[in-house]
Formats: sequence, structure tokens, C-alpha cells
Amino acid sequence: MSEKTDINAEMNRLLARATRDRSDIEDLVVVPVFAVIVALILGAATMLATGVDLATIGKSFVALFVGSVGSLNAISETLTAAIPLVLAGLGLALGFRAGLFNIGAEGQLLLGGVAAVVFGFSFPDLPFVVLMPLCLLAGALTGAFYASIAGALKAATGAHEVISTIMLNLISYRLLDYLLRSPWIQKEGRSDPISKSVPDNAQLPRLLDWIEPNLRLHAGIFVMLIAVFVVYWILFRSKIGFAFRASGENPDAARYAGMHSGLIIVAAMASAGALAGLAGAAQVLGVLDRASPGFSAGIGFDAIAVALLGRSHPLGVLFAGVLFGGLEAGGRQMQVDAGVSIDIIGIIQALIIVFIAAPLLVRAIFPWGFRRTGDNHGGKGK
Amino acid sequence: MNFLNNFTKKTAIAAALFLGSVSVASAFTACQVTDTGGIDDNGFNQTAWKGVTDAQEKFGIDSRFLESQAETDYEANINSLLGGQCDVIVTVGFLLGDATKNAAETNPDQKFSIVDYAYDPTIPNVLGQVYATDQAAFMAGYLSAGMSKTGILGTFGGINIPPVTIFMDGFVSGANYYNAQKGASVKVLGWDKASREGLFTNNFDSLDDGRAFAQNLYDEGADIVLPVAGPVGLGSAALADELGTDALKIIGVDADLFLTDPAKKHVYLTSIVKRMDSTVTAVIQAAMEGTFEGGLIVGTLENNGVGIAPLHDFEDAVPAELKAELEAIRAGIIDGSINVGG
Repeated sequence: MSEKTDINAEMNRLLARATRDRSDIEDLVVVPVFAVIVALILGAATMLATGVDLATIGKSFVALFVGSVGSLNAISETLTAAIPLVLAGLGLALGFRAGLFNIGAEGQLLLGGVAAVVFGFSFPDLPFVVLMPLCLLAGALTGAFYASIAGALKAATGAHEVISTIMLNLISYRLLDYLLRSPWIQKEGRSDPISKSVPDNAQLPRLLDWIEPNLRLHAGIFVMLIAVFVVYWILFRSKIGFAFRASGENPDAARYAGMHSGLIIVAAMASAGALAGLAGAAQVLGVLDRASPGFSAGIGFDAIAVALLGRSHPLGVLFAGVLFGGLEAGGRQMQVDAGVSIDIIGIIQALIIVFIAAPLLVRAIFPWGFRRTGDNHGGKGK
Repeated sequence: MNFLNNFTKKTAIAAALFLGSVSVASAFTACQVTDTGGIDDNGFNQTAWKGVTDAQEKFGIDSRFLESQAETDYEANINSLLGGQCDVIVTVGFLLGDATKNAAETNPDQKFSIVDYAYDPTIPNVLGQVYATDQAAFMAGYLSAGMSKTGILGTFGGINIPPVTIFMDGFVSGANYYNAQKGASVKVLGWDKASREGLFTNNFDSLDDGRAFAQNLYDEGADIVLPVAGPVGLGSAALADELGTDALKIIGVDADLFLTDPAKKHVYLTSIVKRMDSTVTAVIQAAMEGTFEGGLIVGTLENNGVGIAPLHDFEDAVPAELKAELEAIRAGIIDGSINVGG
């Protein structure tokens, strides 16, 4: 008898795992929401512990809210910050689904951005409708190429992608320094590493500057939304997406089913790199107008957090990216209004990840927020 | 969940307090956007911020600041201070030049001031603050050349931009002047004045880089190193602290690091001081009194806008003769008989 119930429980567990996307709302939604709440509370506790008084803490949370969604400018800033995070996050999510832990978004983003800038100022005479999309494409292709190096290394030699993408990040920093000093890229009259500016007809146009010139939201938001849709389609509606997910869930089974694991690894890395490169291109074409050594600003690493928080689901990544964009924009306001260090935002972001990575901890803190699932999540239930 | 309830209650109280206090704002607000080193970098950004806090004490004004975490923040940070909440916005650093120019041109009624950037032609609502840092660096170069036992000095910069390389130019010229006067052959590693090439960390925030670059220079024989890279130099100071000051001494930049970096104060032979605090305070005062005009103010040895810090712990180690020569050089630079460019 007991053997039979064991088998049933095991069957249920396997089924629950297989249909995770649809059934397990709790893991997908409730855990992230609670993680954010706990992180905000602990952020307040951190401020308290570092000698910030209660009035200032109250003020800083008001500012965090006002600065992220409280005005048109705030919303514009939140979305502007979200665009590269979501794009790079989508790429990472795609990799995670295929079982690849790609740390290299930062490097892919840097090189993608540089490629877009270089392409832009090399062909300044092309009309906007041709040049701007080609710049984006140049960024995406460069990112894809750079990421597929790590993919090819893994497919051919088994070199772990975590190591090789970290190495490729370091190479990209120095490569960027070198490129930005080469005469055909470096801005005229400057001796520091900084690129020439992107011509106007290659830029992603700003969408709201007719209301107020300071609003920075740019057409990259459409690129972002299209990317969310395309990644969703690839992952859940296309054959290659099925192959990605299959080899992510169980590489052996995928291989026995006749999928070419090596090809899938390279393809998954390349698509992830393309999205990261697109993020870099959107950043230089929409916000910065040029490339400089620090232009990635850690977006490639923040995007890892975005992909994890979004549970590697395109819609989740979209929401997580907007949340992180809001934290960035709100954090700025927090510093202006309350004089609280912007580092507190980094702490809150880190805490969110800690709680996402430890769902059991969140369940223990908020027991009433979850159905009693018993052995489903606690490992061996007996 | 006691904690949670408690917290929400307190937040509500705090929010109420906050809303109550909004109406009593002071008449004048000075705002500052820092570069990536951060407001507590013991040097560059901190000195400029001190100008605002000094003005706060003197004139009872309000102040706000925003730290730039990355170059991507410059424009956004300036934007979030626009909208009439600041009477004057001070942006700190050459790299904010483009962003400040754009903001000043789209907001002609907002007063701006920028540290380390001179616009040509000038912008009517921007007052640039620049410094003849090479004059002070020249003295530091002469002093270092006189104090070096190995006959090799080292320097490295943050980014190859004029306000950084002007330190290195002056330092090299000062050492060369020492060689010419004394028939010595002290070398400076890390900066070639003629080719405008040298050692650069390409950032203003990595203490690890500061340590590694100083280590490399030390390995090449340098016993006095001038890091011109804001807080990056604190990493070099940490190395000097470990090796001992007999092996390696550091020249501080921007502020008197003996005072701002008390934990490592014994490693600083002297500091090349750039009095951004006094120029920032002067700008704020001008804005308050209505005498603010776009243009340029230049800090020199003569008007105490730049200088070298007291020797502090090295007071006894530096020979009296060398000290006297330094005083003569200071006078020579001020009256123009010594050319720091040479």
C-alpha cells in the first residue's frame, strides 16, 4: 500500500514539475512579491541600523515611490532604466531555460553597444528608417557572436559557460578600452577613451520630449516590448524553443530524443547574446549617444537578478525589469529628498535576490500566504 | 509580525512628519551632482561637497546632492535636480561636461557651475571652475625628486582627461626642474609629457586598481607615487601602509589626505590640494548675492586655489634646505620667473 502512495506522490511531483509554468502560481508570483516586501522592510531596518532616523526613513520611502511612479518624469525614468534591463534579462532568461548560466551579458552588452555606435557614425548618410534598425542589428549580431564564443567552447570542449563568460567579460572591458582609443572610433580632440557621437538619424527617437525636453523615454521601449513577445513565442511556441527548454530540463533526454545538444547550446548562447547586444545598442542609441568605458553601468549583472526575479519567464522578466528600473529611478529621488545613500537600493536589490533564491525562507516568514502544500516543496514529506 | 505592524505605524508617523515639514523650506538651495567616486571619496568629490557644506554653515542654505554611480547617471541626475528646486546646480568633474552643457542650454534660467570644465565659448548660465593644478604639482614633483632614494618616481591617472593629466604634467616638470637645478637624473614613470601617453586605470573608483598600479610602479623602482584618480589612490595608500613609508610614499591629490584619510595618514608625503571647496562656496555666494555670471574662475597658487599641503609627519624628514627651495619655487611660479610648463 505504502509503496503505491509513494509512487503516486512521486508521479504528482513529476507532473507538478512538468507543468510548472501554468500551475504553480505561488512560486512564480507569490514568492517574488513577498521577496520584494521583505527586502523593502529589511532595507528600512538597514537604514535604521546605520543611524538614519525614522522621519528620514519615512521620507525616503515616500521619495522611492514618488521617484518611480509619482510623476510623468518618474515613469519615464523608470521605463528608460527598464529597457536595457529587460532586454538583457530576456537573453539571460532564455539561457537559463536552456540550462545555461550566462554571466556574460555585461560583455555582450558592451560590444553590442560599441558596434551600434561604430555602425552609426560610419554610415551617417543613410536615412533614419534604414540606419537605426541596422545599428540595432549590428549590436545584436555582435552580441550574438561574442556570446556564441562561450557557447562554442562549451559545445566543443565542455568548458563551463560560467567560467568562460566571466573571462569574456574581462576581455571585453580591455577590448573596449582599446577600441575607444583607436583613432577611427575615438572622438576628435579628446585623449580619453570615448567614442564619436551617434548621428541623429541613427538615434532611437525620444518619445515624450515634446511635452518636456527632459523626458528621456525613447523608442527602445517598443524594441523591448517586441522582444518580450518574440522571446515568449520562441520559448513556448517554436520548435527551437522546445529544444532549448528540453535540453535545459534534462540534457540526456533531449539528446536521446534526437536533439543536437551542441547546436542548441551555441544557438541558445547566440540568442542570449543578441538580446544583450540589443540592450547595449538601445542604451547608446537611445540614452547615451556614445560609448565610454563605463557605459554598461553593470546592467549586464543587474539583468541576471532581473531574469531570476522574473523566473525566466518573458512576462516575469518584463515586470522584474520595470521594478528594478523603478528602484533605480526612485533611488535617485530618495537621495535627493532624504539624503539617503543610493547604496541602500543596491542592498534592497540584493536582498530581493536572496529571498528569491530561498523560497523556503519566504514561506517560513509568510506561512499564511501559501496553500499548505506539504511534501510538494519540502523535499521528502514523510 | 509585531515588527511589521510597528514598522508601518512608524512609517505612517514619519510620512506625516515629512509632509508637515515640507512647507518650511529655506530660501536658497544649492545642489550638487558628484562624479562616480562618490561623495565620501576623501578627495575630489568630497572636497567639492565641502564647499557646499561650508556655505551651509556660513549662509544657512539648504543643500542636496546626488551621487553618480556610473556615467549613464549624469544626465538623469542633473534632470532630477531641475524644476526649480535648486538655485544653483554644481556638477563635479570634467566627464559631466557634455551633460551639463545640454542641461544648461535647455534650461537657460537655471544657474549651473561645473568643476574642472571650461566651455569655449562660455555659456551665459554656467560658471566653470578650473585650477592651475600644475603649479602645485610642480612643487610636489620637486619635493618628491628631492626625497626619492631610488631616483625613480611614479604616477598614474584615472582617465586621460585634462584635469587629471595637468597634475602629471606639473609633477614631471617639477622633477625635471630638480634635475636641471641639481644635475640629478630623477625619472618619472607613468606619464610621457610629449606623447601624452601614460598609465591610466580608466576608472575613478577601483581601489584594487590603485593597489595594482602602485605595486607595478614600486616593482619598477619607484619609491614615491602620485595617483591622480580620486579614491583609486586610497588603494595605493593601503599598499604603502603595508610596505612601510621607507619603501613607498604617496602624494595625495585634491584634498589634504593626511586630514581626510586619517587611517593611512602616515603614508602621505604631502598632498596637491585643489581648493574646490573655496571656489564652490564662492560660486554659491555669488548666486545668493545676485552677482552670478557665466564664465570661468581659475584657482592658482597666487589666489590659494591650489597649493601643497603641510608635510605633517614628514616635517622633520624633509631637509630645511629643500623646504627653503620649495618656498623660492612657490614665489618664482607666482611672479612668473619659473615656467611650470617647461
